[in-house]
Amino acid sequence: MSSYSVTEPSLRQKWSAGILVVLYALITILPLVWIIATSFKSPSDAIAYPPKTFFTPTVEGYVNVFTTRTRLSEEQLQAVGEPQTWYDRLVRKDGLVISGPSRFAERFTNSVIIGFGSTVLCIVLGTAAAYAFSRFKVPLKDDLLFFILSTRMMPPIAVAIPIFLMFRALGLSDTHAGMILLYTAVNLSLSVWLLKGFIDEIPIEYEEAALIDGYTRLQAFYKVVLPQAATGIASTAIFCLIFAWNEYAFAVLLTSGNAQTAPPFIPTIIGVSGQDWPAVAAGATLFLVPVMVFTILLRKHLLRGITFGAVRK
Amino acid sequence: MLQSSVDRVAEATPRAITRRMHGLSDRALAWLFVAPSIVLLLAVNIFPLIWTIRLSFTNFRVNRPNAEVEFVGLKNYLSILSDRDIWLSMQATAHFLIWTIVLQVLIGFTLAYLINKKFRGNDLWTTIIVLPMMLSPAVVGNFWTFLYQPQIGLFNYAVGFLTGADPSSFSMIGDVSLAPWAIIIVDTWMWTPFVMLICLAGLRSIPASIYEAAECDRASKWRQFWTITVPLVLPFLMLAVLFRGIENFKMFDLVVQLTGGGPGSITELTSINLKREAFEKWRTGYASAYAVILFVTVFGLASIYVKALNKVKQR
Repeated sequence: MSSYSVTEPSLRQKWSAGILVVLYALITILPLVWIIATSFKSPSDAIAYPPKTFFTPTVEGYVNVFTTRTRLSEEQLQAVGEPQTWYDRLVRKDGLVISGPSRFAERFTNSVIIGFGSTVLCIVLGTAAAYAFSRFKVPLKDDLLFFILSTRMMPPIAVAIPIFLMFRALGLSDTHAGMILLYTAVNLSLSVWLLKGFIDEIPIEYEEAALIDGYTRLQAFYKVVLPQAATGIASTAIFCLIFAWNEYAFAVLLTSGNAQTAPPFIPTIIGVSGQDWPAVAAGATLFLVPVMVFTILLRKHLLRGITFGAVRK
Repeated sequence: MLQSSVDRVAEATPRAITRRMHGLSDRALAWLFVAPSIVLLLAVNIFPLIWTIRLSFTNFRVNRPNAEVEFVGLKNYLSILSDRDIWLSMQATAHFLIWTIVLQVLIGFTLAYLINKKFRGNDLWTTIIVLPMMLSPAVVGNFWTFLYQPQIGLFNYAVGFLTGADPSSFSMIGDVSLAPWAIIIVDTWMWTPFVMLICLAGLRSIPASIYEAAECDRASKWRQFWTITVPLVLPFLMLAVLFRGIENFKMFDLVVQLTGGGPGSITELTSINLKREAFEKWRTGYASAYAVILFVTVFGLASIYVKALNKVKQR
């Protein structure tokens, strides 16, 4: 910068600020790096003292998270014969054989189905409601908007009892449909508030021009507003997806066998002898990395999303 | 045939109008668009809430569906308010709430202040700092129990390395005096970026001209900080505190996975305590009254706080 500015920080200030922030960032990222590193460690490397920074990577954790294994005696092992595949060979080193798939893949699929299902529903309902709140005279508009927001303040456990009873009566307990409906309701407040903010920003003149050109309201909504709001809708969808993906309280209380998602399942992963940390870390890595990628993609809209549209940059 | 442009317009206009008449009226459309959301929220939020309130006046137990349900009046409420365990879990929640907010505000504001110095690459490092915030608290909380392991855990090793203490001499989640701090540390690690992002938005919203004017008036940097920066960021900071307050009052997943309320019941926050009453002891009526008390508390505190926030904003 050539001209002197009183508000521009000096080079020394920039350097010291930069060093402190980078230091904090490195410390804060360490537990996440550790999760990923542990997922590639062998069980003995994972619990070594002092904690190992350098190790020979192995995918044993990933094999273990997807399978169940049993320990066999020497004679039994001989009866089973030579291991056929690379993953058989990997577990045979420890005198184990794979006895079948674990439930991890199933739980992960449940998370995907329930996450995407509730997100789609949330966006459809949310966009419609947000458009109406943004453009039409809705009676008691402010009260309704506040009511929608207030549903977020309730502790999940507080409504879990009647939802538990209600779902049991309707046959929705431990079903994908039940969880999709529930997560839609949980995220709807976020979706309506965020999308209303995005639609408010689209100049109303575009629609007026479309209406004058002979479009109906509905056509104007589809052909003018929706394309304009595409970025907003996409980032809202990612937020809904992440929150549904991460949800734990309802999942642990209302699902058990059929529709259980990954968050209540991952902590229950145990190996043949005690807690298998590389397997837990492998499950956690597979579960967390997509969210990290989405967070990086979303960084411009992050603030808006987490404050329900209250703070816009 | 000669047709003037006026004729053509006249011919076209009625068609456009009729097409619009065929479409739904704005009023109908407004209802059509809003109703599904409201109905869903009524069904999944308000109806259960009313049901909870109704159950809170009874001695109903989910695991004894055939027992006669009696109306017990305010008995549940009175016994909750005189229950020592519940007061202890309220205290645990208050301790957790106050310390997480204090630490997150201090660290979050400092970080935002430093990032606002606009050093090179500040965007990249901001994104890295933000990462923990969006992750699943249950999965991350579960992994932190590994980091907190006495001998092999990374956290204990790092503390031992920095202070010279023996890493196996203390257990963050097994020790009664350390467990409350174990949950505060993880929550602060996860949510400081939230406060930081909001403060950063606040700092960036202050126009440079104000500082320039202050500089002309020869106000010291220290004075500029306290009379310009702090008051203008305050509404943002208060909003961050509101969000964190509501979220941490409801705190469940992270702490359940980290300590499960233990050791003993030292980190048993109200949500965990409530879950125990409702889904382990199956005292449904009693737990419902507990839930109502918690909801009224959050809602009441939040409304008072929002009033204060609006006053600060108007200043």
